[in-house]
Amino acid sequence: MDLNDTPEQAEYRAKVRTWIDANKAGAPGLDGPTAGKEEEFIAIRRDWQRVLAEGGFAGVTWPAEFGGQGLGPLDQVIVGQELQAAGVPGILDVIGIGMLGPTIIAHGTDDQKQRYLAPMLHADEVWCQLFSEPAAGSDLAGIQTKATVQEDGSWKLSGQKVWTTNAHFASFGLILARTNSDVTKHKGMSMFIVPMDAAGVDIRPLRQITGEAEFNEVFFDDVHIPADAIVGPVDGGWMVALTTLLFERLAIGGGSEGFGYRADRFAKAIADDPVASADADVRHRLGKLATDLLALRYTGYRHLTAIERGGLPGSEAALGKVTAVKAAIEAGDLIADVIGPDALAEGEWSYLISFLPGLKSAGGTEEILRNMVGERVLGLPTEPRLDKGVPFSELRALEREGAKS
Amino acid sequence: MNFDLSDEQRSLQEAARDALGREDTVAAAREALEDPSSLPDLWETAAAAGWTGLLVSEDHGGVGLGPLDAMLVAAECGRRLAPVPFLGHLPATLLAEGDELQQLAEGEKRGAYLPTMPPSDLDDAWTVDPQSGLRRSPAPAFADGKVTGRVHWVPDAAKADYLIAIAVDGGVPKAVLLETSQPGVKIEPTIAYDSTRPMAHVELDAAEGKVMSASADDITLAWSVAQGLIAAESLGAVEESLERSVQYAMERYTFGRQIGSYQAVKHSLVEILRLMENARSLMYFAGWAGESAPEQFTLAAHTFRVGAGEALDYAARALISVHGGIGATWEHDAPLFFRRAQLSRRLLGGTGAAADRVAGELLAQAGAAPARG
Repeated sequence: MDLNDTPEQAEYRAKVRTWIDANKAGAPGLDGPTAGKEEEFIAIRRDWQRVLAEGGFAGVTWPAEFGGQGLGPLDQVIVGQELQAAGVPGILDVIGIGMLGPTIIAHGTDDQKQRYLAPMLHADEVWCQLFSEPAAGSDLAGIQTKATVQEDGSWKLSGQKVWTTNAHFASFGLILARTNSDVTKHKGMSMFIVPMDAAGVDIRPLRQITGEAEFNEVFFDDVHIPADAIVGPVDGGWMVALTTLLFERLAIGGGSEGFGYRADRFAKAIADDPVASADADVRHRLGKLATDLLALRYTGYRHLTAIERGGLPGSEAALGKVTAVKAAIEAGDLIADVIGPDALAEGEWSYLISFLPGLKSAGGTEEILRNMVGERVLGLPTEPRLDKGVPFSELRALEREGAKS
Repeated sequence: MNFDLSDEQRSLQEAARDALGREDTVAAAREALEDPSSLPDLWETAAAAGWTGLLVSEDHGGVGLGPLDAMLVAAECGRRLAPVPFLGHLPATLLAEGDELQQLAEGEKRGAYLPTMPPSDLDDAWTVDPQSGLRRSPAPAFADGKVTGRVHWVPDAAKADYLIAIAVDGGVPKAVLLETSQPGVKIEPTIAYDSTRPMAHVELDAAEGKVMSASADDITLAWSVAQGLIAAESLGAVEESLERSVQYAMERYTFGRQIGSYQAVKHSLVEILRLMENARSLMYFAGWAGESAPEQFTLAAHTFRVGAGEALDYAARALISVHGGIGATWEHDAPLFFRRAQLSRRLLGGTGAAADRVAGELLAQAGAAPARG
């Protein structure tokens, strides 16, 4: 059991470190945008992603023919670790490069790869993911956004997406839409590339408890989509979406500390107060939540080991988010109990406390994650479902009937 | 990066499973509730498998393995509630030396370590568990070459040939090897709730023994290893509880459905899985630290104690409730795991003290200078 690099990894790490040392001076800080300066922030981070891409540190796992380095997921993790250690931000378009680019590489046409991948890598064009809808989150295959084929083979797109990160400055979105309502719901969806500046696209920020708008709602009203903008087969969108979600799962292996929920950070907040540091209740709570966070750190190494061996972390990896959110909520409560109402004034702890209730549902609610893990890992039976074998067009009537009985 | 068990470690696990599978230790646990003398003695099994010298170098008659290997075997014992005297014996082998160590390693003699909690960031004293209440008792004292004091709830002491007492001399701890056959050593056997865990209250009255060369760090290590072992036993019991709970949730039907299909049941089982995998990661943390990052071993072993303790508390109760009323009957196995959970939580300082130490270690790393109380 060891956490050391292989000789090849050590060599790569040294290379990354040398590059960061040489380029660090030009790197932006880690802080998020300040109010009123969002555009400037994004411009700076775009430039920085371009520098990273030119250094070979964006799209590390992408094949070389698309501008990547053709390296493994562990090398990607090394880049992330070294950037973090140096206090330097990573790429801006995490979703594009981590999930959507790889989806296009897997399912896109040659023309699509030629057209979209290089500008994505260099942040000339940032991407967003248009999957979730107001009425389709846990049950993603229940999406209602509709794409209707036109006589010339192009499509018309109407509907609403939500929780869309980066939509307000994205050039393109990868959108899952219903293309056939006469078949069961998983079989009637297709994936498209949609320009975010197309006529009929309306992007509205969605403010959260924190007061900030990290997400958007996106409305589509008869948006024209050319025939060659489909990714994967007509009505084969679910398979394409699963690829995207698979890359998301691979990204989980990169470590759960990305949010900054670390035992040492929370301990530091308590350590500043000598009375709290000696209080039995405070110490008990800190000891328990720190245990959870350390468990996550070492679970992360187990996942990386699985990835290094060419596999994926098991489905139970999804439970890492449950633990992270639970421990961070306990940490926020504890620190605010120690500091008092001041902790709720604008700042680090207030942001943490306000951010967590939403994070609990992000990337799958806890309930749906527990269902998924219970079924895939423990082999427990699924709940009976009413939508099996039912064409999507008849589902609504069935749901209404169910509500009545 | 290789944060997984080695092939040798997997073989060790399998061998332990085989060796322990020869006896129905779970059934024996129930019988022993009514007749403690019926509890099987697995010492021969342990000695034959080399477990008695698991942490002892080959030079001294052991097999020279590390804390992770010991925890893996302990987890297999925990899975079957097997009364292998690991908690007493293995930490003792970390502190003993000379011919006595050889005898302990080879299984010729049995050792029992008298659990003694090291000082923390808040308290300078070496302490032992009190017979009852929250106030900790002082560790035995060392004066004129003799050891005097009381240590309660000592696992495996009743059958021990040698005790390793931690005796304090002017604030400095010494590990002292005592023969149990002498008049200055009184051992009062006791059992509390969990028949598989024979314990004793030990009274030392000017007991004579050999002072070992162990340093305060070595003595702290023995305490942390004991934390890791009781945590590993708990993890094994959680694994078994989850398997049994899932199996029943698949077999039992209500309203025409398997109960495991209901979210209320499914989510509870997934909660066991979540706590179990977290605890497993902490066992690996402790195992890795024991081997490669000794300065983190105290923190790691105590996080494992906290994580595995929480997992077993939850799992043992869930095992009962998944089974419904039958799970709370004498004839069912679930209460045996519950008994294990209840006692484990309260031995060796208890899981609460372990959580406090996790906090203390992290606060100290973060530069806290709390007023000592």
